[in-house]
Amino acid sequence: MVRIITTVDGARHDDDVEARLLLVHYLRDQLGRTGTPIGCDTSNCGACTVLIDGYSAKSCTVLAVQVDGREVTTVQGLADGDLHPVQKAFHEEHGLQCGFCTPGMIIAAIDLLSDNPDPSDGEVRRGMEGNLCRCTGYHNIVKAVRAASADLRATAQGPAPVEPAPEHAVVRA
Amino acid sequence: MTAPPRTTGFIGRPVRRKEDARLITGQTRWTDNLRLPGLLYMAILRSPVAHARIGPVDVSAALAEPGVVAAFSGADLADEYGPLPTAWPVTDDTIVPDHPALATDEVRHVGDAVAVVIAENRYQAADALDAVDVRYDRLPPVVDLEAALAPDAPLVHAGSGTNRCFTWSFSAGDYSAVKARAEVVLSRRFIQQRVLPTAMEPRAVLADTTTAVGESTLWTATQVPHIVRVLLSSVCRIPEQKLRVIAPDVGGGFGGKLNVYAEEALALVVSRRIGRPVKWTASRGEDYQATTHGRGMIQDIEVAAMRDGRALGLKVDLISDMGAYLQILTAGVPLLGRYMYPGIYKFEAHEIRCQGVFTTKTPTDSYRGAGRPEPAFAIERMMDELAAELDLDPLEVRERNWIEHEEFPYTTITGLTYDSGSYEAATARARELFGYDELRREQALRRDRGDRVQLGIGVSTYTEMAGLAPSRWFGQHRYVAGGWETAGVRLLPTGRVEAVVGTSPHGQGHVTTFSQIVADTVGVPLDDVDVLHGDTSVAPHGLDTYGSRSMVIGGRAVLAAAEAVVAQAKPIAAHLLEVEPGDVEFADGRFSVRGAPDAGITIQKVALAAFTAHDLPEGVTPVLHADVTIDPETFSYPHGTHLCASEVDTETGAVSVRSYVAVDDVGRVVNPLIVDGQVHGGITQGLAQALYEEAVYDTEGNLVTGSLVDYMVPGPPDVPPYTTDRTETPATTNPMGVKGAGEAGTIGSVPAVVNSVVDALRPFGVTDVRMPCTPERVWRAIHEHSPRGGVV
Amino acid sequence: MIPPQFDYVRPRSVEEAVAALGEHGRDGDAKVLAGGQSLLPVLRLRLGYPTVLVDLGRAAGFHGVREEADTLVIGAMTTHHEVMTSKLVRAHCGLLAEATSTVADPAVRHRGTFGGSLSHADPAGDLPAVARAFDATMVVAGPGRLRTAPASEFFLGHMTTALEPEEVLVAVRLPKLGSDWGYRYEKFTRVAQSWAIVGVAALVRRSNGVIAEARIGLTNMGSTPERATATEDALTGRAPTDDAVASAAALAAEGTAPPSDLNGRADYREHLARVLTRRAVLAAAMRTR
Repeated sequence: MVRIITTVDGARHDDDVEARLLLVHYLRDQLGRTGTPIGCDTSNCGACTVLIDGYSAKSCTVLAVQVDGREVTTVQGLADGDLHPVQKAFHEEHGLQCGFCTPGMIIAAIDLLSDNPDPSDGEVRRGMEGNLCRCTGYHNIVKAVRAASADLRATAQGPAPVEPAPEHAVVRA
Repeated sequence: MTAPPRTTGFIGRPVRRKEDARLITGQTRWTDNLRLPGLLYMAILRSPVAHARIGPVDVSAALAEPGVVAAFSGADLADEYGPLPTAWPVTDDTIVPDHPALATDEVRHVGDAVAVVIAENRYQAADALDAVDVRYDRLPPVVDLEAALAPDAPLVHAGSGTNRCFTWSFSAGDYSAVKARAEVVLSRRFIQQRVLPTAMEPRAVLADTTTAVGESTLWTATQVPHIVRVLLSSVCRIPEQKLRVIAPDVGGGFGGKLNVYAEEALALVVSRRIGRPVKWTASRGEDYQATTHGRGMIQDIEVAAMRDGRALGLKVDLISDMGAYLQILTAGVPLLGRYMYPGIYKFEAHEIRCQGVFTTKTPTDSYRGAGRPEPAFAIERMMDELAAELDLDPLEVRERNWIEHEEFPYTTITGLTYDSGSYEAATARARELFGYDELRREQALRRDRGDRVQLGIGVSTYTEMAGLAPSRWFGQHRYVAGGWETAGVRLLPTGRVEAVVGTSPHGQGHVTTFSQIVADTVGVPLDDVDVLHGDTSVAPHGLDTYGSRSMVIGGRAVLAAAEAVVAQAKPIAAHLLEVEPGDVEFADGRFSVRGAPDAGITIQKVALAAFTAHDLPEGVTPVLHADVTIDPETFSYPHGTHLCASEVDTETGAVSVRSYVAVDDVGRVVNPLIVDGQVHGGITQGLAQALYEEAVYDTEGNLVTGSLVDYMVPGPPDVPPYTTDRTETPATTNPMGVKGAGEAGTIGSVPAVVNSVVDALRPFGVTDVRMPCTPERVWRAIHEHSPRGGVV
Repeated sequence: MIPPQFDYVRPRSVEEAVAALGEHGRDGDAKVLAGGQSLLPVLRLRLGYPTVLVDLGRAAGFHGVREEADTLVIGAMTTHHEVMTSKLVRAHCGLLAEATSTVADPAVRHRGTFGGSLSHADPAGDLPAVARAFDATMVVAGPGRLRTAPASEFFLGHMTTALEPEEVLVAVRLPKLGSDWGYRYEKFTRVAQSWAIVGVAALVRRSNGVIAEARIGLTNMGSTPERATATEDALTGRAPTDDAVASAAALAAEGTAPPSDLNGRADYREHLARVLTRRAVLAAAMRTR
């Protein structure tokens, strides 16, 4: 067993884990954070995508011991009272159907938008190439990411909101 | 003051989905998320070989592994259950092989289950599988469909004496006479490759037989909890009333979760044997081996026509791959397709024959469209071939043959009566949106220039039979269940409404669309309506979700039940208003007195009055609740015109879809947002079959595309944006005018895409490219026909 | 799927890493865990059962990009994301940045490492061919010593390198190329995130209007990354016209032994190598000053 200390969605955890324990199983089975699902064995589908220190990673292809001392953000850690603009946009643009790929899609979109705040349709498609969806044909996912991009940029440039804005943006190293 | 919430006009509006809130925040209930006290994890040892006699299966070493609680071979559990069922023996003499949940003497496909190990956690269960000892004495694999039918072929099921599962045939008109009269006879062989449904959620099962009331509960990632309950209660010898089946959040299905599976039976009997709840979750690789595959068919098609483009006759000869066993609909899938070979066209004569064949591969069964994409592909490809042969525009050939709007209702050569449609309107709209004539001009220019990248235009004017199915029809075709659907609507004391439905959504958005119907009918705000589903204790009656049936049959039941509840409320309202029921009108959630609109009462107040029951008229019960079961009289027939423009790099063979227009007619639309989403996803699955996906088996019967590394599910950059629009000719066969929208995209798109690829390659003499149209296949097609091999 | 059990060590330095490999590499099968993006799927599919994983994630001395005179030194544990966004790499080794940006997908590139990809030596991996094109030098640490190996001697076969069991790749040295060099990585895949059927990494130096030097690495044209030497020779001294490049590119598959698999039989790969080489060289030549 290996002792690891992590912060997951803002909460600190101190656990003994098997070295071989996958991060996604640590999240799901040990911490009970089942919002992040598993869709494949080969890091192709992206359903399990989380942020590690602000960068997207496929949590089925990371060992829990590798995130010792790191900060992990899952889809369950995005909404802080209000939904994250990307979550909102997926709802508004009908960017999900069964919803199984959605946690990974939303995380991948947040990662993409922090790299490229104003992506074109093609840039969204390339930036999300590591995430598979079987329901939507990606059409409305692309629309959702573009809409979230516009929303985030408007918020960033617009006048300060009356109420304090929720801490959506994940600070990058 | 804010305006009161809307209580009418929901049907037809792009209402945002009620389902989303949990799904976008990770507050989900996928089967694998669920945990119970004392939960154990089951892992399954699967055959690594396609066909073998198995020696004694020794699980003793596995039992000694850390955390292992139990381990069983097929022999250990043989007394616990009967064979897995099929629900559709299509002929009197269909061979139905024995199908044990765990193999006892022989394994017949890679992935056939051999032993189970149950441990305290999933890691221990996985480890212990390595300790199970099995001897495999190899038998010859049966992979090729035609070879399997040879008289001396090795047998998948030795006892049956043949690999032929069934043969059926049908004819109408005199095909030989028509062929003799024809000026053109075209023959083609098409291969419907096997594909893997690939719902993003792999299958998972949780069984608990330990409840105090002696009830067994099965949570399973399924489309069909009701079908699972009735069939598994018999397989596992659990009295039906003691088995509760729950489909919690289900992450896509596409037909792959329309079945009764070995793992469901195993989890139940293992839980019963050891007295603790048991969970199994498929890995993706396991899902690919142990979830049914789609398609898998050789199609020999012949069209007899005149030189003016009029088609006279259609002959079809099919060999359909069953795989190793019959799952519930395996044999029925091609039978469904039987009716759709003529598509939207008028034929004088038709012959069709189909042989089902056993192979040592994973069983096939439904996959989005189940039986209907295959004929749509065949006929739409043949229309393009006919056009090319006669040097006519593909749309022109179709127009010469299709059923004209004035001719509806029209009974086709296979005996189906199409109630409504306008192929002219859908095609005209698609043509306009696509810029058909301009693209044809660009194509001609590129051909003249000998461009390296050629443009291809693919046409598909498909129809399908949706809304499966009239129970009587199912009975006539030897399917063992009915096709009805049930919904209940109850008005609660606080004026809120619950709808209980027998359909079982797994991504379709039924909670939203059915809420729209209820809210409109009862006249309440959308948020005051909830839809309950997917649990046989909560929604005991139903036949679940497949075959574009949920809106066409289930939605109709919801509407009728909601109307019935309003009718129940009416005499109470009349009593409270002190008028005769005949003097009461209902609109927008309010009962009012005819001629005195100011005198009225809301349905919420009526609900409360019914509940308190202090002052009800004579003979009126306090419960406002109606259950309605609808058995459809006939099918519905969505149709549409899909146009696809592809660019083909003649040097590399790479195909890139440049633009795609789909104009579908799914009848009346309850929620355009959701219908568009269904169409987008459906097109993409069809496009994936056309260009990317194939479940490849090698000659030894190994599934070579056993993971997402090798099985090419397209990602966001691999598919284009879509232009979708609709024409609306309401179905005349149901009061809502709906036709079903779940499968149309998949049915329409496969031929549109392949036709575009072949169209691009016509100048090279290419007349077909096998699916999926991989770059290598496209390149080889060019090379076979062109000495220059493209324009290198 | 679930990885098998293994012991786990997390060295703090190159020396500790080498010591750990020395200790565990002899009596068992020790594997280096770099980013894990290839190793973990292998373990999850139980295609390998290493006894020990040596996790370099916290070891000093493996990370970062720095200049040394006319050379860029890239630490083996530098992630793909760091490589492709590095100002130094983009300024001096643009081919590497371009090829790295095609590796897998963004999430994988955040974890996967340059050195891990080279040490894994998958014939379908993009970066070995790039290393060959650059004539990169591998800096390898073993018990008590550092040694260097040219890329041409590093890749020995299918997923096999010149690394001994107790050795680890520490860094890769790439020559800084001036603006007289142009580059292009042409990658041909079935779907966006899949492995290359064939890839071509082209570096072209122009001088006085002609190609003074061409270096062309080939991905997935054999069990190791190859150089298209016949094409390189044929290009030297020629103006980069369509015809000249096409006739040189026609030699690109010479001497290769590409595999036949699901995504392409050998003759198709040879054809692709010729087409992609022509495209890569023309694009690279266009990019020179």
